[in-house]
Amino acid sequence: MTQILKREEVVAARGVRITFGAVKALDGADLVIHAGECVGLVGHNGAGKSTIVNVINGGLTPHEGSLTYGGRDERGISAARANGVRCVFQELSLCPNLTVNENARIMHADLKGWNWRSRALSLVKTQLQEIFPGHAIDCDSTIDDLSIAERQMVEIAISFAGTDKKPKLVILDEPTSSLDAGLAAQLMAYIRKFVTEGGSVLLISHILGEILSTSSRIVVMKDGRVVADRAAGDFNTHSLVEAMGNVVREQEFSRKTTRKTGTPALSMPPRRGHGLAFEAHRGELIGLAGLGGHGQTEALLDLYLGRNSNWWPTAAKEIAFVAGDRSLNGTFPLWSILKNLSIASLGQLSSRKMIDDGREQALGESWKKRIEIRTPDMGNRILSLSGGNQQKVLFARALATTASIVLMDDPMRGVDIGTKQEVYEILRSEAASGRTFIWYSTEMDEIRLCDRVYVFREGAIVAELVGEDITEKNVLAASFSEGAAA
Amino acid sequence: MKISSGTIRLIIPAASLALLLAAVFYMQPRAMSYTGLNLLFNLAVPIALATIAQMLIMSVNDLDLSMGTFVSFCACVAATVLQTSPVLGVLIFIGAILAYAAIGVVIHMRELPSIVVTLGMSFVWGGLAVLILPSPGGTAPTWARWVMTAKPPLVPMAIVASIVIAAVTHYIVMRSSFGVLMRGVGGNNRSVERAGWSVLGLRAATYALAGFFAILSGIALVGLTTSADANIALRYTLLSIAGVILGGGEFVGGKVSPIGAVIGALTLTLAGSFLSFMRISPDWQIGAQGAILIVVLALRLALNRLEKREKSQ
Repeated sequence: MTQILKREEVVAARGVRITFGAVKALDGADLVIHAGECVGLVGHNGAGKSTIVNVINGGLTPHEGSLTYGGRDERGISAARANGVRCVFQELSLCPNLTVNENARIMHADLKGWNWRSRALSLVKTQLQEIFPGHAIDCDSTIDDLSIAERQMVEIAISFAGTDKKPKLVILDEPTSSLDAGLAAQLMAYIRKFVTEGGSVLLISHILGEILSTSSRIVVMKDGRVVADRAAGDFNTHSLVEAMGNVVREQEFSRKTTRKTGTPALSMPPRRGHGLAFEAHRGELIGLAGLGGHGQTEALLDLYLGRNSNWWPTAAKEIAFVAGDRSLNGTFPLWSILKNLSIASLGQLSSRKMIDDGREQALGESWKKRIEIRTPDMGNRILSLSGGNQQKVLFARALATTASIVLMDDPMRGVDIGTKQEVYEILRSEAASGRTFIWYSTEMDEIRLCDRVYVFREGAIVAELVGEDITEKNVLAASFSEGAAA
Repeated sequence: MKISSGTIRLIIPAASLALLLAAVFYMQPRAMSYTGLNLLFNLAVPIALATIAQMLIMSVNDLDLSMGTFVSFCACVAATVLQTSPVLGVLIFIGAILAYAAIGVVIHMRELPSIVVTLGMSFVWGGLAVLILPSPGGTAPTWARWVMTAKPPLVPMAIVASIVIAAVTHYIVMRSSFGVLMRGVGGNNRSVERAGWSVLGLRAATYALAGFFAILSGIALVGLTTSADANIALRYTLLSIAGVILGGGEFVGGKVSPIGAVIGALTLTLAGSFLSFMRISPDWQIGAQGAILIVVLALRLALNRLEKREKSQ
């Protein structure tokens, strides 16, 4: 321990707090990275991993707490870069329309002057050769023409490359998500070498094997806080999963434990040619779990389009969809609450293609009462409501239809706990009356409400949990693969 | 060697220009001469410059709907103030470039849709043009007239000018550091920002450069027509957009090609002459021009699909 303290601090975030509306993204998190160590950062969705990465690279300014680079208090993206902090983001952040060397020019401002093209090219080529010996990337091509894995490799190489000064800290956010096992192993070997030469790396990965074998120290985050921070040798796969999860909580409701049989209301063959098939029965509440972005939304869209053609929507709508991103594809921001609610059920509200005003009003009033939309007048603009109440309107929109199946794409993001409880009640009672809900959620509490849960990893269903087996530990164990990259 | 996607994107516009040119020569062999070529492509020079200006704006994912009125405004200034008192004329043009940079800043800072801002600005430019030149008239500056009617040996001026425009803008947009950053903003604005560049500054510079090329377009137009009119270049707005798209550019993603844009402008001009040679009545010409556009774009879409299918295999 004393030895670690003597090392130079590359970056130190202490007591950082960040809130987005009602959501506490970071709640007093500490993360100190010293020179010459590889820190593994793990945690479930919404634990605050990406947020703390954004704080360290200068993209987000903490609302509270201190942030220092090498002991100096500086802020902003340029300050972070000047202090040698580089970041490889989870989503690819190269310019797809530019060539490899042009992207290097953008990332390295000091590559200027005469002949920068060939200097940039040789820089990337040398670095690629060093990290991924024997690669077959044509460095003259446009990023568009490269495969996903090749793009990832180029981005990693550009970040590790240094013209005048080498990077001090490289943040890798899921760097192996699109690399195969061989390439991932090459990268991990390079990280170890980089660290022994005095650089430091912050490694985020859902593959626990990588984290355990490569990092020197592992930091576990949960609910915006650091819950464990120990040497990597003190952990094994089992204890790591345990550290990420909650302590066993009281089950505050009873779920149907009997497995339904008969013809499913909705089914889907195994995705991507492997894993389990999907099935949903009448009256079931089914959860889609796993880490964010592992194919759950795509599965929901496929289920929806399987029943409802993309080209010519059928008149009898048997499936309703509750969108996750309210502002992007949920609300009509200029419309009133009532119109936002009734848009999906206009067919049943109209006679001879004209909307019956009285029936629309009655529908609005009944749902206002049922789910307690907090507004004096349903004619007010939807944006006059709080985020949670807007979300309730979107639920009511789906529930007011005659659809027997409701698909939900993580609709509770950014909704306060009180509203959530109310919506859970509605879901329960609607399921009891025969509706089927398919619910993608990144929150463990919501997954635990479901009768049956499918866990997704890398686009396929890897596990099915029923009844009492739906625990945070089981879901986590299934979402994180133990070995090398699949 | 593998052909890059950029080259593939240039093949279709170049091939369609060659095809149209061949068709024109077949129908009217006399066009195959120095004077003939000059006449065919004369009007393409200002359109090519306006297309380049539009392409710059499109490379940062924006669209300029004031291009036509702005070029008209510049033509009016060139035919009046620039001719009578050159210093004041140059000052007006510098002011116009600054105004373009300011538009870029406003669009970036307030996150406004560029279409709305430039549509509004089009009325401002139109109004200014009418104020400067209430009725058609004015005189082209002699030097502008001289440049546009020069007769270089072997190759007509229109062709020389097009090649120079294509070469210069290719250097700026495709080869220089500034061009890389500008296209980077179009391709992935966040990653440019994360690398520590000022996207605001880049956008302002891009708009200013576009304003500069639009001014050149106005001067070239006056040099050809000898006088100006407040409505002289209204159709340039859509022509310039069509030219960029025809030349292999795309509305979003920073995928632009200056050489393609110049070829696109030439193709559009030639399409008009081609239809006249085919004796299609002027009533039908605009529709027929649209049909040519659709055919070329459909070809490109088909090629894109083919390329994508190859990549996924």
